[in-house]
Amino acid sequence: MLNYAIKRLGLAVVIVSVAMFLLFSMIYLIPGDPASVALGPRATEAMKAALRERMGLDQPIWVQFWNFYSGAWTGDLGTEILSERPVLTVVMEQLPYTVALIVGGISWSVALGIPLGCLAAVRRGGWVDRIVGVLSVAVIAVPSFVIAIYALLIFAVWLQWLPAIGAGEPGEPGDQLVHLILPSLAVGIGWVGYIARMVRASMLEVLEASHIRTAYAFGLPDNQIIYRYALSIAILPTVTLLGIGIGQMLSSAVFAEIVFSRPGVGKLVYDAILTRNFPVVTGAVLVTTAFFVLLNLIADLIVGALDPRVRSNF
Amino acid sequence: MPVLSVTGLNVRFSTEDGSVHALKDVSFDVPERRIVGVVGESGCGKSTLINAILGLLAKNGEVSKGSILFQGDRDLTKLGATEMRALRGEEIATVFQDPMGALNPVFSVGQQMVNVQYRSGLSKAEKRKRASEMLKQVRIPDAEAALSRYPYEFSGGMTQRIAIAMALMMEPALLIADEPTTALDATLEVATIELLQELQVKIGCSVLFISHHLGVVAELCEDVVVMYAGEVVERGTVRQVFNDPRHPYTVRLLECDPARQKKRMRHLPTIPGEIPDLRARPEGCIFAPRCHRRFGACANTPPDMETGTGHVARCFLADQPEPVGAQG
Repeated sequence: MLNYAIKRLGLAVVIVSVAMFLLFSMIYLIPGDPASVALGPRATEAMKAALRERMGLDQPIWVQFWNFYSGAWTGDLGTEILSERPVLTVVMEQLPYTVALIVGGISWSVALGIPLGCLAAVRRGGWVDRIVGVLSVAVIAVPSFVIAIYALLIFAVWLQWLPAIGAGEPGEPGDQLVHLILPSLAVGIGWVGYIARMVRASMLEVLEASHIRTAYAFGLPDNQIIYRYALSIAILPTVTLLGIGIGQMLSSAVFAEIVFSRPGVGKLVYDAILTRNFPVVTGAVLVTTAFFVLLNLIADLIVGALDPRVRSNF
Repeated sequence: MPVLSVTGLNVRFSTEDGSVHALKDVSFDVPERRIVGVVGESGCGKSTLINAILGLLAKNGEVSKGSILFQGDRDLTKLGATEMRALRGEEIATVFQDPMGALNPVFSVGQQMVNVQYRSGLSKAEKRKRASEMLKQVRIPDAEAALSRYPYEFSGGMTQRIAIAMALMMEPALLIADEPTTALDATLEVATIELLQELQVKIGCSVLFISHHLGVVAELCEDVVVMYAGEVVERGTVRQVFNDPRHPYTVRLLECDPARQKKRMRHLPTIPGEIPDLRARPEGCIFAPRCHRRFGACANTPPDMETGTGHVARCFLADQPEPVGAQG
């Protein structure tokens, strides 16, 4: 187990390093001079040169990359151009909102997707199965920002059941939770479809397995066979899928945060791109990448905890 | 009184291409404390027979005629789902063919052996104790520790012994063994059969032993039922059927057993032709198209002719046997 965790952690370091390299190249290749954006149209050449020097933009590219790379591992993601606050602080202020959004999205997709997938598999070919099938495809196909806008219109504007914008009063968990319902639904609903389909497919496969036949031959109650014996196995690919799903939910989070004007890393990146606040862009994307890699690692460890066969390979 | 008495059992499956008559007029008894073997090629209806007894036929299958009397009083074809479930595992236990797949991979052996005792009023500790005692009986080393291990940590032979332990733990009246040794190598096969024999005597249950291995059936069983294309073509004691076969199919089957070949041959003998399509079950004798002794009467359904005490063959010529190997 420990060996496996170390191996996976090493891999995670490599993945994050590659991400850093790609990120750095991308920012470098984007046209536009951060110094002119930061200082405005009336800045003189000398002022721009001074800012570039302070930001290290006058140095050779590989020195710039190394400064960025080595700094990042020690938590130094540079300083924001406008306020000159450390980027890490700025990102960390916003991260909890996005994490809450993702966790909310996962909760929706798991809470709805797993029971629906089970039900569809058990009632294979029946009308429940067909409805779940159609709904799954529908929620997968519709982009999450469209769902976000419609959810906003229906539940916040029209029915006025739920608040439309913001993240709720700080320090009031209840209020924050209510504000989380719609955005997290928008983020997670597509994954209800993926998970329902995945659970259905793997349930159908597991229900055919001979150990399930054994369970029936021993007269175990049907519910125990389906929801304990079969689902414990059918759930495994879903956990791995969710690890990947978090990546997509992160990009949906950008839209959800814009539509619902919530604070969060997505909104932070969006605003930073508009203002050419490149240190914030790289810093926020980097933190998000690390977050994603970490969650994937957790997903794999969960699969290990659930499946003794995988655990033995750790 | 036989533990299990199957009479005139017919099973049909409705499929998209019409109805499949999987079992036709199947009759045989499993007497108390006896081991009855069922032999036949793949697709002869052995699995359907098991599922019909267990009440686990697929949704599209149904018993269209006949009865399965259990211990003389309960007709398994008429019991409700709940009553059937109460019987399974408790009074009728089953061991399946594929030992590696027969146990749930994500639960420990102990969890699974405790779970199947859910009907008993024992405490969890008592259930575990019972499970480990049963594992000792099937000679699993370090039974106590084995309970907390997972199926993949055991070899095929060991998993099959665990499956046997689990099946016999409730001391059922009837054990159905569905080719339990087919997936094992020859030495393990012998050991497993000896174990089954030993436990059967100890527990005093009857065994319905499904196999396509004639040697194993001859070794283990007292009675044998020969099935072909969903029909019982011959049944009797092992001695009667193996030494004095009366149905041409049994004769051919015995000739094809490699263990019975007396002289070296370039090719193993086979039975020419194929099992008929059960969607369009032909009238008359089911074996007639492949039979070397067929004659005009075979277009009619042959009777079950009793040629000795309990020795029955479904053939017009049952009273005129041919010696095994006459075909060369």
